[in-house]
Amino acid sequence: MGAYIELKLFASLKTYLPQGAAHFPITSGERVEALIKRLGIPPDEVKLIFVNGVKAQISSILGGGERVGIFPPVGGG
Amino acid sequence: MPVKAALSQAICQVSTRATHPDGTPYRSIRMKDLEQLCHVHGLCGRDVEIAALEAGVVPERYARNIKVYSLEDQVALLRSCVCVVGMGGLGGTVVEILARLGVGTLLLVDGDTFDESNLNRQFLCREEGLGKPKVQEAARRVGAVNSSVVVHVHQAYLNEDNTLSILGDSDVAIDCLGGLKARFVLEGATRKAGCPLVSAAVAGLYGHVTTIFPADLGLQLIYGDAQSLPPVGAESSLGCLPQITTLFAALECSEATKILLKKRPLLRHRLMVIDLDDMHAEVMDLQKG
Repeated sequence: MGAYIELKLFASLKTYLPQGAAHFPITSGERVEALIKRLGIPPDEVKLIFVNGVKAQISSILGGGERVGIFPPVGGG
Repeated sequence: MPVKAALSQAICQVSTRATHPDGTPYRSIRMKDLEQLCHVHGLCGRDVEIAALEAGVVPERYARNIKVYSLEDQVALLRSCVCVVGMGGLGGTVVEILARLGVGTLLLVDGDTFDESNLNRQFLCREEGLGKPKVQEAARRVGAVNSSVVVHVHQAYLNEDNTLSILGDSDVAIDCLGGLKARFVLEGATRKAGCPLVSAAVAGLYGHVTTIFPADLGLQLIYGDAQSLPPVGAESSLGCLPQITTLFAALECSEATKILLKKRPLLRHRLMVIDLDDMHAEVMDLQKG
């Protein structure tokens, strides 16, 4: 059985949102870094990662079933 | 008779019986009577309002605050000093809310002047005010909505040298800055001053807000190392819309008011994120556990 995540991209990263992001296939054991690369997001556009609502790192490992949020730097006022 | 007792007696004499919309009675004092007492006793509006509240009389302008905040809370707000840094989309609305709530002293900081591109979201920006200093327009607005508030303006951009002295004895600082690097300058000064900081940032229809106490890790949890910041954030490609700046200004005021009144919980070590594009709202943990 395949592994899936619920993927959300925020602000300027929405242009990279794939089809079926709410049930997006991953390889179990895939790192966030590889996911970002697969989505075509330039790594320097990523500032914050949350997995299941908790701050994570690009090295964080996904097993499937997680909610993953990826954010760019935001500084408008 | 001591001055305080004389003032208290005069306040009670001019106060009237009033009722809240739910029928609860209270003693009320109107603005014109407060102004008269200020004149007679040589006091500023804020001090006479504090005296009224301490005598159990509600200045009518705060009558709709008093069901959620106690009279003591309203006194605490009037005795508080908040430093608002940045008078743009966030800052303009923050100033409006804090003045109407009755935060007694506002330190307003911005070195910029108003430009046409500010008109879409910055409530302090008027067509007639284009080209004018933002802090000047902010002080004008506070005077128009609550002349009891004491306002100090600093028409300056923050730097390593001026920030600590500008903060002074502020009880809370609110980060309403645009851009990334200046936020770290402000955070550094609030650490030295021992002053809590509320920080928000927006881009397009997205925003986030957090609260940082002096010992907290703070902005580095959101932006990483200050030395490796990009020159601009997502707002440079998305712009900023008024519905998101106004929403996050309100959230910043909510946090600041809770800090001033020692209410909990706060967004410490947490980041509230809202995306109005898909109506997603969530409070994220910035630290495990």
